[in-house]
Amino acid sequence: MTTLAPQRADLGSGRVTQLTVIRSEWIKLRSLRSTWYSLLATVVIIVGLGTLFSALRAHRFTQDSQPGSIRGPGPGPGVLVRDFFDPTLVSLRGIFLAQLAIGVLGVLVITGEYSTGMIRSSMAAVPHRAPVLIAKALVFAVTALIVTTVSAFAGFLLGQQAMTSTHLQASLSTPHAVRAIVGAGLYLTLVGLLAVGLGFLLRSTAGAIATLFGIVLVLPLLSNALPSPYSTDVAKYLPLNAGTQILSTANPDPNMLGPWAGLAITALYALAALVAGVITLKRRDT
Amino acid sequence: MIEAGGLTKRYGPKTAVDDLSFVVRPGVVTGFLGPNGAGKSTTMRLLLGLDRPNAGGCLINGRRYVDFPAPLREVGALLEARAVHTGRSARNHLLAMAATNAIPRKRVEEMIGLVGLDQVAGKRVGGFSLGMGQRLGVASALLGDPGVLLLDEPVNGLDPEGILWIRNLLKTLAAEGRTVFVSSHLMSEMAVTATELIVVGRGRLIASGTVAELIHGASTGAVMVRTREADRLASLLAGDGRHIERVHPDLLQVTGIDSEAIGLLAAREAIALIELTPQQATLEEAFMEITRDAVEFHGGSATPGVPSQATVGGVQ
Repeated sequence: MTTLAPQRADLGSGRVTQLTVIRSEWIKLRSLRSTWYSLLATVVIIVGLGTLFSALRAHRFTQDSQPGSIRGPGPGPGVLVRDFFDPTLVSLRGIFLAQLAIGVLGVLVITGEYSTGMIRSSMAAVPHRAPVLIAKALVFAVTALIVTTVSAFAGFLLGQQAMTSTHLQASLSTPHAVRAIVGAGLYLTLVGLLAVGLGFLLRSTAGAIATLFGIVLVLPLLSNALPSPYSTDVAKYLPLNAGTQILSTANPDPNMLGPWAGLAITALYALAALVAGVITLKRRDT
Repeated sequence: MIEAGGLTKRYGPKTAVDDLSFVVRPGVVTGFLGPNGAGKSTTMRLLLGLDRPNAGGCLINGRRYVDFPAPLREVGALLEARAVHTGRSARNHLLAMAATNAIPRKRVEEMIGLVGLDQVAGKRVGGFSLGMGQRLGVASALLGDPGVLLLDEPVNGLDPEGILWIRNLLKTLAAEGRTVFVSSHLMSEMAVTATELIVVGRGRLIASGTVAELIHGASTGAVMVRTREADRLASLLAGDGRHIERVHPDLLQVTGIDSEAIGLLAAREAIALIELTPQQATLEEAFMEITRDAVEFHGGSATPGVPSQATVGGVQ
C-alpha cells in the first residue's frame, strides 16, 4: 500500500493557467448539492411565480372588465387598460424573489470555502489567488445567465399562455418583450456577481447574505424616507431600481434610468464588489 | 530543500512566529516539534504563502512558493485543520484540486487507491472520520507527485494501523529523495518517524539536530542497578564524582560510572546483578527538558518537569 510510483510519475507537464482554474471551479460548482438546490429554487421561482401571477391577474381581469375595455383595476377612470397593463412584466415578477436564490448561491460559492477551510487548499493550488476569483465569477456567471435566461423565457411563455383570456397577452414579437426577458437573466446574473464579490469581501455566509439583501432590498426602502427630490435622485441609482427597469415593456418611469443605463449601474455595483473582493483576497491572510 | 530565514509573523499583539530560521534537507524525515501554540501551523501556512510574514521569508527548492508555475507538482501539503469542503465527495475534491495544476484524472484514482479510500471516494467528506479525512489529505498532498511534502500533524485522529501506515509512507517518501517536513506535538511519534528535528516553542527555534543528538544531550548518564546485595554494592561503588541513590531496597540509581564498569566490579565481587540498565532519556524527556521554558500553557502542576526515575521510587 505504501509503494509509490517512482518520482515524477507520468503526470505530463502542466502549469496553473486561468483555463485550468476555470476547469477546477466548474468541477467544484457542479459537485455541490447547494448549487443544484439554489438553481432549482431559482427556476421554480421564476417560472412558477411568473405563471401564477399571470394566471391570478388574468382571473381578476376577466372578473373586473371586458377584454381591452376602458375600466380595469387601473390608475383611474378614463384610462385605457392596455396603456398601463404590462403583461411581460407580470410574467417576470418572479425575478424579484429569484434574486435572493441566485444571490445565496453566489455567496455560498465563496463563503462555503471559507467556512470549511477549503479556501486554503484552493489558494495553495493557485498561489496568485486572483485567477480563483476570476474563475469562480466566470463559471458562476455563465451558469446563472443560462439558467435564469431560460427560466425567464419559460416564465414569460407560460405566463402569457395563462393570460390569453385577457386578449392582452404579449408575445416574443411584442416590442421590448425579448429585451425584458434577456434583461431579467442579465439582472439576476449581476445580482449574483454582486453576491460573489461580497462573499470574497466578507468571507462569512451570514454577513455576505445580510449585506446583499441590505443593498438590494433594504436600500430602496430607506431611500423612500429621504425628502422628495433627493429620494428619487438616490433611488434611481440603487441596483434594484436601476436594474429592473429593463423588465418593463411599456410606460417607462420618468424618474428612473433607461433600461440599459440602469442595467449598467447594477453592473457597476457588481464590478465594485468584485474589485473589492480581489483586493481583499490578494492582501489578507487566508 | 526548505529554507526559512528570520521568519516572523504577528497576529495583532501576539507574535506567533518569532525570527525563526531553519533548513529542511531532502532524503530524511524532518520533524517539526513543539507544544501546542508554538507556531508550527503558522509556519506551515507561511511556507505555503497562505499567510504573509511580517519579516523574513522562506524558499522551497530555492524559490518562493508563489513563484511555482504549478505548485502542487512541487509541494504537497496536508494542513492541520481539514482544508476540504465537507459537501463535496472525496473524488470530486481531488479532481478539482488536480484540475488546477493540470494533473491527469488517472492520478486521482491512483491516489484514492494508495490511501485506501476506494470504498468511500464517492461519499461526501462531511461524513468522514478524522482518520479518513487525514487519508484524503495525504492523497491530496501526493496528487502532483511533489518533491517536497509539508504535513501538519498527519497522525492526528489516526488509529494505530493508520499511524503505522503514515510512518512507513513518510519514510518511503523520504527514501525516494523527497523533502519531508512533518509537524507534531507527539514526541514519541517523532522519535520513531523522524531523523532530523526542529524544535520550536513560543514561535522561536529551541533546538535542531538529529533525534539521536537531542536525546543524547538530555540524557543524564545514570545507570539503574538491581541486586539483592544493594548495601554492599553501594559501598563498593561509593567514590569521587559518583552519586548513588537508593531508589528501592534492591534498586540503585548510579551516576558517574558507566554500566560496563559496574558489571565488571560486581562480577569481581561475586555480586549477582538482577538488572543493569543505562538510562537513556526518551525523546519525550529531551523535549520536556528543551521546551521547559517555552511552553505556552502550563498544566495544573507548575513545572512540566522530567519524570525522572528518582521521583518514581519514592525514596528520600
